[in-house]
Amino acid sequence: MSSDLLDEAARLRRALPDDVGDRVVESLYTDAARLASTSVDRDDARARLTLDRALDRILTHRVWGFVAMGVLFFGVFWFTIAGAAVPSDLLYVLLVENGHAWLRDVFVAAGAPAFVTGLLVDGVYLATAWVVAVMLPPMAIFFPLFTLLEDFGYLPRVAFNLDRLFARSGAHGKQALTMMMGYGCNAAGVTATRIIDSRRERLIAIITNNFSICNGRWPTLILMGTIFVGAVVPPGLAGLVAAGSVVAVVILGIGVTLAVSWTLSRTVLRGESSVYSLELPPYRPPQLWRTLWTSIVDRTLKVLKRALMMAAPAGAVIWLIGNVHLGDASLAAHLVNALEPLGWVLGLNGVILLAYLVAVPANEIIIPTIIMLTLTLGANTVGAAPGVMLELGDDAAVGSVLVTTGGWTLLTAVNLMLFTLLHNPCSTTVLTIWKETRSARWTAVATLLPIALGFIVCASVAGVVRAFG
Amino acid sequence: MGGPGGGTEDLPTPRPRPAQDTHDSHDAAPGCASCALSSGGARLARLGLAPGRHDHVVALAGNPNTGKSTVFNALTGLRQHVGNWSGKTVARAEGGFTYGGARYRIVDLPGTYSLLSTSADEDVARDALLFGRPDVVVVVVDATRLERNLPLVLQIRQITGRVVVALNLVDEARRHGLTVDARHLTRELGVPVVPMAARRNEGIPELLAAIAQVAGTRDAPAPLRLVHKDPALEEAVADLAGRVAGQFPGVPNARWVALRLLEGDPGIEAAVRDGTLGELATPAAPVERAG
Repeated sequence: MSSDLLDEAARLRRALPDDVGDRVVESLYTDAARLASTSVDRDDARARLTLDRALDRILTHRVWGFVAMGVLFFGVFWFTIAGAAVPSDLLYVLLVENGHAWLRDVFVAAGAPAFVTGLLVDGVYLATAWVVAVMLPPMAIFFPLFTLLEDFGYLPRVAFNLDRLFARSGAHGKQALTMMMGYGCNAAGVTATRIIDSRRERLIAIITNNFSICNGRWPTLILMGTIFVGAVVPPGLAGLVAAGSVVAVVILGIGVTLAVSWTLSRTVLRGESSVYSLELPPYRPPQLWRTLWTSIVDRTLKVLKRALMMAAPAGAVIWLIGNVHLGDASLAAHLVNALEPLGWVLGLNGVILLAYLVAVPANEIIIPTIIMLTLTLGANTVGAAPGVMLELGDDAAVGSVLVTTGGWTLLTAVNLMLFTLLHNPCSTTVLTIWKETRSARWTAVATLLPIALGFIVCASVAGVVRAFG
Repeated sequence: MGGPGGGTEDLPTPRPRPAQDTHDSHDAAPGCASCALSSGGARLARLGLAPGRHDHVVALAGNPNTGKSTVFNALTGLRQHVGNWSGKTVARAEGGFTYGGARYRIVDLPGTYSLLSTSADEDVARDALLFGRPDVVVVVVDATRLERNLPLVLQIRQITGRVVVALNLVDEARRHGLTVDARHLTRELGVPVVPMAARRNEGIPELLAAIAQVAGTRDAPAPLRLVHKDPALEEAVADLAGRVAGQFPGVPNARWVALRLLEGDPGIEAAVRDGTLGELATPAAPVERAG
């Protein structure tokens, strides 16, 4: 009986012109237009509109749009770097120097066994203290600033500027939007690729999302830029150069995104680019206090909480591998020594590679892990890399640990910045990729491709620097 | 949306979904294994529109970037981060609120420009509105872009009369020198149109009152009857609508269903084939529950 209805529909449809669907849509839009024109009154106070237009003329200009983009992002990073220095030092003195010593005294006074004190105080507490000291200040400044840009309506303009480049690289223009989401969190960015309907273009967007620096990786970049890159120029310029180095990595990430998209769309994921319309929302004055509130509560504290939850067990692991001895050396020393040759080739070191293994669950804790491993192992176990040693001021606590104890050079820091951009996604993102694609093969590609690129780029940079340095 | 744009808050449950899947884009509603709706229950749960322990279900529809999330937050008191761009909300939000002693469940549908089912999002919104039969559909409309927003309103009105139009961003329209005549729109659409500026919480009390009024009414206006200028089409629609009404007595929007069938909409054809279209004929349950 129900099929009768469908048959009848098919019969009637055959009797109608082919474009009946178009006509229905047309009459819908005609109706809408009529209703809109009879309901809306326009007067001549159009000042705001012209301001919007003037802004768009600059911010989406073929040339000035990119200049404005660079300046705005540069400003955000500079503000973050300049503003985070003092509170970071304060937190370091409070939590790492004094807090750690005080807690240790309490445990010793209470007669706790040595391994309990080690595991809880030197492992768990110290790792979480480092995470707070290293990450909280930059995050608390960076996230609100970026949210303000977002609420203002700037991000779709970036997408608009980049759209042409994405289309030319065979990807979907909306990938610019998912890329923006990735700057917050790659797992969110991967989920956001649902807005792309074509499977081909969606896969490209998923695979390249990792080249957007996420919440967990910003602190590493900002920190490396501040204490190493900024330190090679006179103090007056340090902030500017440091911010510039972070912007450079971001731009490199966009370049890699486009290059990988281009390569994929001409090899394994061949096909046409879809056409879509991107709506540019009006500029809206951001609500300052609400933005500050939500970005502190929703973003900063959430990321910090995740980092702390990952840092606590990682701290325990670091203490354990640093204090369980096999033969003549600790487990950590064995692992670091085994990874050292590969680390050298990449212009990094064994400690950094081990830190990446320990910190697979969350990129957030890379720097604290590196610092703790370096401190645990001491100078004698880590082969000092040849190169220019850096002179750092006393206040750069993190930097002096890495330089004097870890034997870090400018090359190590720059390559760590590159490796921060180019390595496997965190485990949450990998899981999300699998859930979204339901394909072990594409998940593997999305996981291994970035790290392969990272190896190639870091090894090349190290080779070139050593050949000429 | 998060950080530079993305956001961890959209993240909680990245729902498993094959990349090419176009239907079922939503999780089942929590707690609905227990709700005693028979055959339709599972489907409602799948659409995320099962009432659960609530008296009324409110669906929130609208074009992308019209302030849907802001209205949602204003109604539920949640502080989901709201972005200023299209397509920000990927993961669906749902929440609840109490008004005048009744409990409301509110579900945020994907932002779409139409219900013509040209994308997964449009399918989800269309299915939710048609088969989920929410007690109230709040359509959030951008007052500064009325012409672009009205097609969706008209299409929703062709499906149901249980509609409240939230005419949002009137403050912005005013700044641009635009005045929208809400009373004229109310007359033309036959449903409440509430001017508001959700970001400043202006118009929220009026919106709540309108929602309660539509939720409580037994005789909501009939679906809008779109008259087609083309006589041949009109004849075919009338013919087929009669047959739809004959086979599924009580279906409130037979003309709309007929038109979709004439256009060969696969979703509606499937609903005819498996008989789910008949569920539309049963009276909306919430009216009886709410009393």
